[in-house]
Amino acid sequence: MTDAVQQANRTIRVGLAISLLAVIGLAAVYLMAWEYTPAERFQGLAQKIFYIHPPAAYASEMGFVVAGIASLLYLFLKDFRLDTFAEASAEVGLAFALMLLTTGPMWAKPIWGAWWTWDARLTFSLIEFLLFAGYFALRSAVRDPAERARYAAVVAIMGMLLVPFIHLTVYLFNTTHPQPVVVKTDKPSLPGEMLRTFLTSFVVFTVMYIGFVTARYGIGARRVALEMTDAG
Amino acid sequence: MSTLRAAMAIAAKDLRIEWRHKTALLTATMFAILVLLIFVFARDPASVPLAAVAPSVLWVTLALSALVALNRAFLLEREHSALEGILLAPVPRNALFWGKWSANLAFVLTVQAVAFPIWILFFNVTPTPVLFAVAAVALLAAIGFTAVGTLFSAMAVRTRFAELLLPVLLLPFMIPPVFAASEATVRLLAGRPMGELWGWLRLMALYDLAFLVLANLLFPVVVDE
Repeated sequence: MTDAVQQANRTIRVGLAISLLAVIGLAAVYLMAWEYTPAERFQGLAQKIFYIHPPAAYASEMGFVVAGIASLLYLFLKDFRLDTFAEASAEVGLAFALMLLTTGPMWAKPIWGAWWTWDARLTFSLIEFLLFAGYFALRSAVRDPAERARYAAVVAIMGMLLVPFIHLTVYLFNTTHPQPVVVKTDKPSLPGEMLRTFLTSFVVFTVMYIGFVTARYGIGARRVALEMTDAG
Repeated sequence: MSTLRAAMAIAAKDLRIEWRHKTALLTATMFAILVLLIFVFARDPASVPLAAVAPSVLWVTLALSALVALNRAFLLEREHSALEGILLAPVPRNALFWGKWSANLAFVLTVQAVAFPIWILFFNVTPTPVLFAVAAVALLAAIGFTAVGTLFSAMAVRTRFAELLLPVLLLPFMIPPVFAASEATVRLLAGRPMGELWGWLRLMALYDLAFLVLANLLFPVVVDE
């Protein structure tokens, strides 16, 4: 086994350790949401999704933005690690986006009376999901690693420019999605227990993102190292 | 040779090839007619009047036939490694982009120009001067997404599953212009005031500008080894 492979294995182990920590944290968030926070007056138990859904949205957005920045840097620096990192971050972003798109309808059915509405935020998340699904379709269709890295970077950078346009497009419609209750210009309008659980969840999802990306980066780096050994 | 002249030479070459074959043009046109026919028949004539679905049908047809049209852009160059020949020529890389893009735009617009009167005929659209404005909206939408399509088809042809990959990559990018164009079409056909269209038109113009610039910048990254 080469040094590069061993180092990649170490990275995977570190990533898994951080992920384990995040899973314990997630269990704590569930417990807090169940035992500690009060039931919301109008939405009842359905409101509990609030401790999972917005943090997932944030983690997926972080995954996509970081992937875009890493792709841009790759085109300038031509360092393969940046491509591996962009791939890892985009894939984790896609996983969180899936979480976002599945928890949303569960809440929407009892509250809005429909699994899906063509609301601005829903449409936005869906299109972003499709964009990165295309990114991975392209990655899997190119064999040469250098070509794959360049093409993927081009799609990710084009995607970064597309995001504000999708935003403009969907917001030219009206939105019925709940507006932010925490990040806004005046004070957060939440009871303390809810706010604390909510913020804990954001910390947990950040740790989860870091753990997942580290592990996924290790997997990608190991594959690159093995490809090099095969080629050499 | 200046960039402009080189670009015009490349565009002229593509259009001349297309003019002599006519296969791609015929395929895209037949495809557009097929889509229009499906919409006419896959509708309950008792409950859904033709006029109610006309704008959405127009944009489904135009968007899908543009996808079919864009696929051919670089397939042409794959045979006998023709692209290598162009890349060896002492012309700037963006001449290739501008040439390919203008040929694509001309091609997509031709398909749209054929599909448009058929749509008017099949959907009993009243021929008024408003239809010129709809055609202008179609042009405004096509400028931007053909730029993205030109960049992506240069990548897609070098991969496995080229014909499948281009629609997958291009679809999210077609959403803002096609969405804006269909919104504008609905308002134009309903005779709404100009003020309601303004936001959508501005969105399309901004999209065209932004993606022409970025696609042109990224094009050398795609074609260079």
